[in-house]
Amino acid sequence: MGAIITLSILGIVVLYLGLFKAKSALMPVSLLGLAGAAVFLALDWNKTALPLYEGMVIFDRFAIAFSILCIVITGLILLLSKDYFDRISQRVGEYFALILFSLVGAVLMTSFHNMTMLFIGVEIMSVALYVLAGIKKKDFGSNEAALKYFLMGAFSTGFLLFGIALLYGASGSFDLAEIRQYVIDNPGNVSNLFYVGILLMIVGMAFKVGAAPFHFWTPDVYDGAPILITIFMSTVVKAAAFAGFLRLFSYCFTPLADFWGPVLGVITIITLFVGNITAIVQHSFKRMLAYSSISHAGYMLLGIVVIGATSSGALLLYTVAYSLATVIAFGSLILVKRSTGSDDFESFNGLAKRNPRLALAITIAMLSLAGIPLTAGFVGKFMLFANVLADYQVLLVVLAVINAAMGIYYYFRVIVAMYFKPTEREAVAFPVNYQVVFLVAAVLILLVGVYPTLVSSLL
Amino acid sequence: MDNLLILLLFPLAGALVLSFVKQTALAQRIALISAVISLGLTIPFLLGFQQTAAMQFEQQWAWIPAMGIDFHIGLDGISLPLVILTNVLVPLIIMASFSDQYKGNFYALILAMQTGLLLVFTALDAFTFYVGWEVALIPIYFICALWGGENRIRVNLKFFIYTFFGSLLMLIAIIYLYGQTPGKDFSLASFYSLSLDEPTQRWVFWAFFIAFAIKMPIFPFHTWQPDTYTVAPTAGTMLLSGIMLKMGIYGAIRWLIPVVPEGFAAYGQLAIVLSIIGVIYASIIAFKQSDFKRLVAYSSIAHVGLIAAGVFVWNVQSVQGAMIQMFNHGVNVVGLFLILDIVSRRLGTREMSQMGGIAKAAPLLAICFMVIIMGSIGLPMTNGFVGEFLLLIGIYEYGLWYALFGGMTIILGAVYMLRMYQKVMLGPTNEQTAAFQPLQWNETAVLVVITGLVILIGVYPQPLLNISEAAVTELVGKLGGI
Repeated sequence: MGAIITLSILGIVVLYLGLFKAKSALMPVSLLGLAGAAVFLALDWNKTALPLYEGMVIFDRFAIAFSILCIVITGLILLLSKDYFDRISQRVGEYFALILFSLVGAVLMTSFHNMTMLFIGVEIMSVALYVLAGIKKKDFGSNEAALKYFLMGAFSTGFLLFGIALLYGASGSFDLAEIRQYVIDNPGNVSNLFYVGILLMIVGMAFKVGAAPFHFWTPDVYDGAPILITIFMSTVVKAAAFAGFLRLFSYCFTPLADFWGPVLGVITIITLFVGNITAIVQHSFKRMLAYSSISHAGYMLLGIVVIGATSSGALLLYTVAYSLATVIAFGSLILVKRSTGSDDFESFNGLAKRNPRLALAITIAMLSLAGIPLTAGFVGKFMLFANVLADYQVLLVVLAVINAAMGIYYYFRVIVAMYFKPTEREAVAFPVNYQVVFLVAAVLILLVGVYPTLVSSLL
Repeated sequence: MDNLLILLLFPLAGALVLSFVKQTALAQRIALISAVISLGLTIPFLLGFQQTAAMQFEQQWAWIPAMGIDFHIGLDGISLPLVILTNVLVPLIIMASFSDQYKGNFYALILAMQTGLLLVFTALDAFTFYVGWEVALIPIYFICALWGGENRIRVNLKFFIYTFFGSLLMLIAIIYLYGQTPGKDFSLASFYSLSLDEPTQRWVFWAFFIAFAIKMPIFPFHTWQPDTYTVAPTAGTMLLSGIMLKMGIYGAIRWLIPVVPEGFAAYGQLAIVLSIIGVIYASIIAFKQSDFKRLVAYSSIAHVGLIAAGVFVWNVQSVQGAMIQMFNHGVNVVGLFLILDIVSRRLGTREMSQMGGIAKAAPLLAICFMVIIMGSIGLPMTNGFVGEFLLLIGIYEYGLWYALFGGMTIILGAVYMLRMYQKVMLGPTNEQTAAFQPLQWNETAVLVVITGLVILIGVYPQPLLNISEAAVTELVGKLGGI
């Protein structure tokens, strides 16, 4: 609980710092606050988790692990933001504050124990993001992204709210423990309202995680928003949404898995194919990453389709791997775009000659996203596949594997461009803060890849 | 000094050092020293090896305890010859590449690949095996795509996706088998003791078989191979054909047939037929080639087809033949690609029609070339004879017709190989071949070593056969083979 309070206060403090033009203090104060929040969370690690505040939130290990992941990734993003927001606007404080507010929502989504908190978490997270997506006021793409995100987000929240209402109608409670008890107490004669409610929840959550066929907002919003905000959306927001998704379904709905499992299975397959096939034909690196993030949502859904003992550990590991690699991928795009002005694959041509270290970091990220052994991405995929195969869903895994092979094609396009295509361009500027973030992320990817027990044993 | 982990990690350490070295001369020296030390580190294993079927020098650590994954390595009579092959060939390949001006990163990739290969050949845990399998693939992709010839990007991407897809199929099978083990682990021993029903064994067989067949390659999974070999730099081709394709054959012996015996019983014959079709098909295509390198690439498919047929016949002679022939093929094919490199570097072409009469200018080259060719077509007193003889005896026991068609490798091989020799080395000289530059020291050294190995193994193959005999007998006997 200390974490939510810390982050909320931090957001307000940062807002005031912005008001008093204390620009240089923004970064240290934010990072310090984030570290404080992470420490608050970590302190609760070994305590017996009980629902707090009349069962509103619960900080069990699951919530703590995902929250710390969100906080760490936010920290990395803030580190990248040095000089980034200054180029867009005068009021840098707002960015920091909005990102922190959004993070509060994300933490709530990982730790909710009551449907109202889920809804409030989603809203806190999203409202801040609607503003962030459109923060380049004069930029047409950014405006489009914000409007699209807002309309789609509001639409999907509608589904979510409707679903919550129906679940309430059937079970008579917003509390997860009581909903769970309702399902257990009524085997075989759960109200039809409840089933419809589950379907609506799936739709609502699928919108939030960007799973097909509810993914149409993702590419345009990721493409239009400032890159740093895109990183935030595709890592922290996704991690939080998946954590919420898994918590809800594994805690409350597991006995009804025969009903929603196939639905989610179909969504997973569509998501994988739509994401991968569309990513293959992209010319822009940024759009490729946007579509590939859809396909990664498909892989992560594998952790929810079959809920087993290893689901949460596998999902956490995959989320860690995906988030770290995405930070490097989009972060490198910022640098390359600054130097070349374009976000096409061609901008990466010959990067290995000019910036070998940058190219190496990108290569590690791409290998991890593609799922090559000794990177975290491989272990994540491996554990998710093992999770699904434990339920004998061989077909689902075969389809996922076909998609993994497709993924190689477009991730290797970046590597091919960097290492094998010549160019005349000058070296890309590689500022110190980027070097630090990329080093941390790349080392973590390899470390988790070689010794995954570090993460997987947490849950 | 018989610590297997050190043997495995030493090349990786060398690779790390080399990735910072920019000067060519220094990089060459470090790479060669590292490879030679690796070779030296192999000797204690050879000396300490007990000629029994037991797994030796085992090492095991928990890797991902939650999923029962261990880092588990060890050596037996089936792994050891391949470990020796890897550590013998890598220094030769490195030395052969001295004719080009490569920087440290090139050698770093070779050494990183060496670690992956050794991991594949020693892994006793399916997860460890899979990791090695992929770790060997990434460096060779970069070697071929960075320093390759025309179309290198397209060809190598095809190669990579092809093999990666195969390995993903294997990954599914591995995870599935893991789910079936009583103790939920990935160890080879638990995979061997599984008793799955037949339909399951059938699909698991295909999942493994396709992965291994792509690597070897067996017809019709070979389409990536000629292009990749042709486009790759010489060292890359040597690594691919000399060592990497043995991963597939080794995988079939270790991870395919004993794990799914009933699947093998159902499809083993089909696998033999495919292998032998590959033998004849590749031999005929090799005969039509005018490009020296493509010819050797296709001849490699033919030879590997015979080895694969021997493995799938699965009796003691044929598997023993496969073991020794894997070693021989590695040595011979590296020799052939080296000669090809020597000739085409000097003449600037790979077209055999523009060669001829080189024997006059380079007698040593001519002699070594002749010996290596005799080795690869299996003449008595050369290494190929022992292997192909054992393979054919084993296949003959399985069926006369298989042996007859399989034996075509020797006849067809003799035809296209000797024709190649004639076109390249004999006949009248032309302007370019008359001015043939003498061999450099590194080329001479590698040639002499390889020629020596060809004759040595041909005359005295017994020590090599002894290493694998006990392990092969036991493994074959386990499935009720002869």
